[in-house]
Amino acid sequence: MDLFEYQAKKLFADHGVPVPSGKVATTPDEARGIATDLGGRVVVKAQVKTGGRGKAGGVKVADGPDDATAKASAILGMDIKGHTVHSVLVEQASDIAEEYYASFLLDRANRTFLAMCSREGGVEIEEVAATKPEALARIPIDPLVGVDATIARQIAVAAKLPEAALDGATQLLVKLWEVFVRADATLVEVNPLILTGDGRVVALDGKVSLDENASFRHPDHAAFVDVAAVDPLEQRAKEKDLNYVKLSGQVGIIGNGAGLVMSTLDVVTYAGEEFGGQRPANFLDIGGGASAEVMADGLSIILSDPAVKSVFVNIFGGITACDVVANGIVQALKIVGDITTPLVVRLDGNNAEEGRRILREANLDVVKPVDTMDGAARLAAELAAAAA
Amino acid sequence: MAIWLDETSKILVQGITGSEGRKHTARMLRAGSKIVGGTNPKKAGTDVEGVPVFATVAETIEKTGADVSVVYVPPAGTKAAVIEAIDAGIPLVVVITEGVPVHDTTDFWAYAKSRGNSTRIIGPNCPGIISPGRSNAGIIPADITPQGRIGLVSKSGTLTYQMMYELRDFGFSTCVGIGGDPVIGTTHIDALAAFETDPDTDAIVMIGEIGGDAEERAAAYIDEHVTKPVVGYVAGFTAPEGKTMGHAGAIVSGSSGTALAKKEALEKAGVRVGKTPSETARLMADVVRSL
Repeated sequence: MDLFEYQAKKLFADHGVPVPSGKVATTPDEARGIATDLGGRVVVKAQVKTGGRGKAGGVKVADGPDDATAKASAILGMDIKGHTVHSVLVEQASDIAEEYYASFLLDRANRTFLAMCSREGGVEIEEVAATKPEALARIPIDPLVGVDATIARQIAVAAKLPEAALDGATQLLVKLWEVFVRADATLVEVNPLILTGDGRVVALDGKVSLDENASFRHPDHAAFVDVAAVDPLEQRAKEKDLNYVKLSGQVGIIGNGAGLVMSTLDVVTYAGEEFGGQRPANFLDIGGGASAEVMADGLSIILSDPAVKSVFVNIFGGITACDVVANGIVQALKIVGDITTPLVVRLDGNNAEEGRRILREANLDVVKPVDTMDGAARLAAELAAAAA
Repeated sequence: MAIWLDETSKILVQGITGSEGRKHTARMLRAGSKIVGGTNPKKAGTDVEGVPVFATVAETIEKTGADVSVVYVPPAGTKAAVIEAIDAGIPLVVVITEGVPVHDTTDFWAYAKSRGNSTRIIGPNCPGIISPGRSNAGIIPADITPQGRIGLVSKSGTLTYQMMYELRDFGFSTCVGIGGDPVIGTTHIDALAAFETDPDTDAIVMIGEIGGDAEERAAAYIDEHVTKPVVGYVAGFTAPEGKTMGHAGAIVSGSSGTALAKKEALEKAGVRVGKTPSETARLMADVVRSL
């Protein structure tokens, strides 16, 4: 889960990472109130989960409350790379002497954590990495040791931060590591990390990604969810504990196992090329059980998507036998009620013959059993095209 | 032979008294696995399916000679369970648990490394390992395929079962599900290296999916070190950028981690890559017939 800048900075502040004073506003009036409280010059910053908002005009300096109101009014509602701005962060303007970069992240390839730090901040770090790799210090962090003041200083020195910034950066990096570990983050990034005119080191921006697998020990993280941005069908699926991702096609997909479902999306896309570009409408992994109730929940979510013209149920019976799944489908159709959308069902593996027999004998008009995954994908695409 | 697990393996189950542990202990026993014990400090002295429950991994090893542990404990207790197994010096830990925080996995991996990697870790979030007809450690159905001479390594559970099923006429030496998390213990490369030197394995199926660059690194390894034929499959060509597809590690970030890049890297290393699971199975069938 990626956080907004204002949420990241709240986490930073909670752990003692210095950030400018500021608050989030969703209306120009709120922005005026915050600017009045802060006094002096403020910066109004669009809160969107994408880069390049400065270039897009989403960050503006304001002289005082009136100007902050005007700037907030211009920024709220803006579209930045497909993201609508629903809130702005209004914070005290900083006196920037220099801009640096610092982050801690998960290094998948090396199965460890990585510190990255550079004297070149305020620009896209990918660009620094590509054009001036020597300017970006990359230091593996042993999870068993962590980052203390000695290691933090080594990071700052390796990044060639100037003497004047070393003490401040060292302290900030130690706190930033605390955020990374205590919040179960996979990324904490500060770009730019600034040295102010009066010699303080401050996190002027913040980007944080949190590990959703760790949410069981962070009940407070639920407040970070951007409810407005969650697709309503994805939300409904989540409430039912289903792993659903909304996509833009016409063929609804239900399968068991993440890998098999990903594979199903691919196979349907290939098959759909023959039928005017029919594509999968969703990813839905119903997991190992595939009971009637889970199947009914899955079907009702998929069929709520008006774009869906056919459904492909792709089950490989491993632990769960196909006869159980077939009975689940028959019962699920009773729960969901009369449907007209065709359901192409492929059952293979454990007790597949019996499962297919159950489906045949149930004699349901909408259910079309097909023995192979490739054949079923083709029929599902064909039926979706015919219904369009 | 097979790799890492055979008829001599003595398996212990961490979390044997939980619902998953209980269910799969029964299944593993039916598959002929030697389950010698389980652990639960509060229920030591009882038994599950006739398997004695001990307080600790160390005690189980001392009393039974267990050399494989399968972990079914919930995510909050997984890190402690794996560290306990490492401390007890067990050679192989298979972590089935899904939903382990990545900081915990990174921590126990670092811990295993600090202890000289004397414990092989498979998973987390994986279906386990099976050497058909010999032993089964995890949740892979034991009756899909008989013993044979194909080795399989995969990030995905159900795709593993699918591939085992499609190639059941040939059979498998060992099938390893390495799991779909961003940080895992045993990698494609580890399995490829083991299959390469396993006299019971003639050819290898490798299944990957979007996210990270494990497949690209495996491709480079195959190019340099693997002489046995390898057939590959990659899932997730049509997955959108920035969305996690079921597995915590299955995500395309910007332009990295795409299925296309993985397929191209594998093909460059001489791996035949199937467009669908069935086509992949046909490619492997052709390979086996030509051996």
